[in-house]
Amino acid sequence: MAISLTVNRKARTVDVEPDKPLLWVLREDLGMPGTKFGCGAGLCGACTVILNGEAVRSCQTSLSDAAGKEIVTIEGVAALPVGAKVVEAWTDLDVPQCGYCQAGQIMSATAMLTANAKPTADEVTAGMAGNICRCATYLRIQKAIAQASKAISGASA
Amino acid sequence: MSTIAVNRRSFLVASLAGGAALTFEAKLAFAAPGKAEPQMLGAFISIMPDNSVTILAKNPEIGQGVKTMLPMLIAEELDVAWSQVKIAQADDNYEKYGPQFAGGSMTTPLNWLPARQAGAGARAMLVAAAAQQWGVPAASLTTADGMVKHAASGRTITYAALAPIAAKVAAPDLEKVALKSPKNFKIVGKSKKGVDTAAIVKGDPLFGIDAQPAGMLYAALVKCPVLSGMLKSFDDSAVRKEKGVLAVVPITDGEVPAGKNNAVAIVGDSWWRVQKARSKLVVQWDTAAQEGFSTEGYAKQAKALLAAGPTSDLFKAGNADAALAKAAKVITADYDYPFLAHATLEPQNCTALWHNDGKLEFWAPTQDPGTARGDIAKVLGIDPASMTIHMTRIGGGFGRRLMSDFMILTACVAKAVPGRPVKLLFDRADDMKNDYYRPAGWHRMTAGIDDKGAIVALKDHFVTFGAGGKPLRAAEMRATEFPGPIIQDTHFGQSFIPTNLMTGWLRAPTANAVSFVFQGFLDEVAEAAGLDLPELMRRTLGAQRQLPPEPDDTPFDTGRARGVIDAVCKFASWTGKTSATPGKGRGFGFYFSHRGYFAEVVDLTVTDGAIKIDKVWVAGDIGSQIINPIGAEHQMQGAVIDGIAQALVWQPIEQKAGAVTNENFGDFPLIRIDMTPADVAITWVVTDNPPTGLGEPTLPPVIPAIGNAIKDATGKRLRSLPMSLA
Repeated sequence: MAISLTVNRKARTVDVEPDKPLLWVLREDLGMPGTKFGCGAGLCGACTVILNGEAVRSCQTSLSDAAGKEIVTIEGVAALPVGAKVVEAWTDLDVPQCGYCQAGQIMSATAMLTANAKPTADEVTAGMAGNICRCATYLRIQKAIAQASKAISGASA
Repeated sequence: MSTIAVNRRSFLVASLAGGAALTFEAKLAFAAPGKAEPQMLGAFISIMPDNSVTILAKNPEIGQGVKTMLPMLIAEELDVAWSQVKIAQADDNYEKYGPQFAGGSMTTPLNWLPARQAGAGARAMLVAAAAQQWGVPAASLTTADGMVKHAASGRTITYAALAPIAAKVAAPDLEKVALKSPKNFKIVGKSKKGVDTAAIVKGDPLFGIDAQPAGMLYAALVKCPVLSGMLKSFDDSAVRKEKGVLAVVPITDGEVPAGKNNAVAIVGDSWWRVQKARSKLVVQWDTAAQEGFSTEGYAKQAKALLAAGPTSDLFKAGNADAALAKAAKVITADYDYPFLAHATLEPQNCTALWHNDGKLEFWAPTQDPGTARGDIAKVLGIDPASMTIHMTRIGGGFGRRLMSDFMILTACVAKAVPGRPVKLLFDRADDMKNDYYRPAGWHRMTAGIDDKGAIVALKDHFVTFGAGGKPLRAAEMRATEFPGPIIQDTHFGQSFIPTNLMTGWLRAPTANAVSFVFQGFLDEVAEAAGLDLPELMRRTLGAQRQLPPEPDDTPFDTGRARGVIDAVCKFASWTGKTSATPGKGRGFGFYFSHRGYFAEVVDLTVTDGAIKIDKVWVAGDIGSQIINPIGAEHQMQGAVIDGIAQALVWQPIEQKAGAVTNENFGDFPLIRIDMTPADVAITWVVTDNPPTGLGEPTLPPVIPAIGNAIKDATGKRLRSLPMSLA
């Protein structure tokens, strides 16, 4: 049975098993491999997407749970006002090393800053603790979030 | 990894190629060890009609920044603006490019001169072409930003416009071509962001797991839960009924080494479907020979071997036992560390297409395509030259992808579905249970000091994993381990335990373990001598000199060691005094590995047994030039935090009845943002030595520095990794 969902503002329909995780629907059926597979257990955050405004682990979200929802992935995050600032900060500070986790990091940071434009250092730590970076780019992730936060607050002030 | 002696003769070929205005193929011949005929090393430069320049990046990019750094060297000497440069990843081709591995922090030392010579040679040909066109001496011409300029007449011409003439100019001898003086560098030494950063933040398909050749199938593995177990029988009738399953492929011919790659692959139209179908496979493995291996068993054997004494000598000078008997004080301690996985965030994967004509094409996240090519050829009995290996960006290497297993397995699957590309992907448990682990080890350390606190005798009984009286891969230690060879009476002995686990190189291999043991133990010796560790190190190092190296390695320069020790002490305002604040501790560590000298100071806080790193200071000496400062800083911060993870966060790889029990990041936790120090401060000691790499040598010193800081904070000496006060 075909299931409809909205990905990066586009209506999409897929006809696969409803229990297929959104991660694999994105990667295999919708041709959007920017969202990454890391652990398959919701432990690493590499597969983070934004679903109805909330950061979720797409490896733990079934297609049926995503049906009818608004999904934003790394391929479309820069179209969000907050996402654009996050991506800009990530680029300015050259955050990635291998880069594999960075889609998930950017999605988590965008969801966090959308909910709270001026997080404290502790809030950043708590908000990003679900995302592993094996290269340990954490110092730059903190800096990039601070820069994006400033840009967002500045823009809205 | 061993050092490759570079002994070059060189030439350069220019040609007019389709699309590009001018293509330079710089070839440098060098004699590889053990090979009679010279092999080719090259870099590939194309000047495009719009005067942009495409430079091929020849080595695998694992996040260490070589895809940016190597082209910087070429662009510098070619004398083009960085904004003119486009970078493309080269395929694996030893004939054209020479060694293309990412390992041993070797990229910088192997390419610092050849890459620059390639750029300078191409520049010289363009200058010669302009001289010919204008009828002026080449010496009267200068270059900048991809243009040749004749100051006397005010004429300028682009490299692209010179292409037709430059293609016919005699190529210079690259050994003799003039190189820029470092003071004139415009690109080298200036921070350049990662060439793929913009693509990464857009989610572009760069990685091995993203490869998507048309018509691609997917494969998931059922591997024997016990490493080295053999496939006895299987029943795939239920699997074949599962949705999307197209083929079931038993793999029993993975012979590098024998038996290690026994598996059953399930192939289908979706990886999610095939991995799900695995539960329907009925399979019997023969694991009888491996079931006796366990973490508990290794610990028991190590204890017995330590008590019995070494079975072979690694290094012996004088008479350590006699010197210990006469020493004013004897210090002894046992240290140990566990098996570790690499846990690259991108699980092992590879995509391959067995063409109908028998040729094999790969899209592979490999750190060592050349070795993989040879291994695959051996296992499948095919011509190495029949393979094409496209190198993808790699989601973390750390040494795991120096191994060929995931490519051999993929080749075996591809052979079963000729004409269709197939992507084999490990799930996280496959990845964790089929790693080439950093081997565990045990050390019984003994030192004697005289009444002035000088070390007069040193012993290490190293219990490691081995077979046939030799350590397994990455399970060795250096016979020259500091300060062994400069202590008059030294004995390093070793004993070996067998294992069915595969062992391999984990970032800063051997150094990441031995640094903890030696610098931790020397901190104990310093304490017994009434000194702090930097002072004990200074006294032990003595006057500046070069200590004899390991075979294929570079000598240890005591002056360079002293340089970074003094630098970090100054940088961190080291006083050697214990902090007055309860729970605060400070520790020092030094290590020399991979040609780099690093000294580090750690500040940490212990609260109710929880250890939090506050700040790390790093002083490093990797020679005369930091090629890409921003990339260097990223590597170093990452290596320090990686070291913190090994010291405090990562849990041991555990084995029961032959099988690894760890499954995922729950039982093999990685470091997260909450354990990151507030700052990793870096200072350079620039010395007049050829630049060397830093992916690895920054890591080792932080591990003992943490242990030494915990001792400072709590009075407790932790001699087992990971360190825990719980």
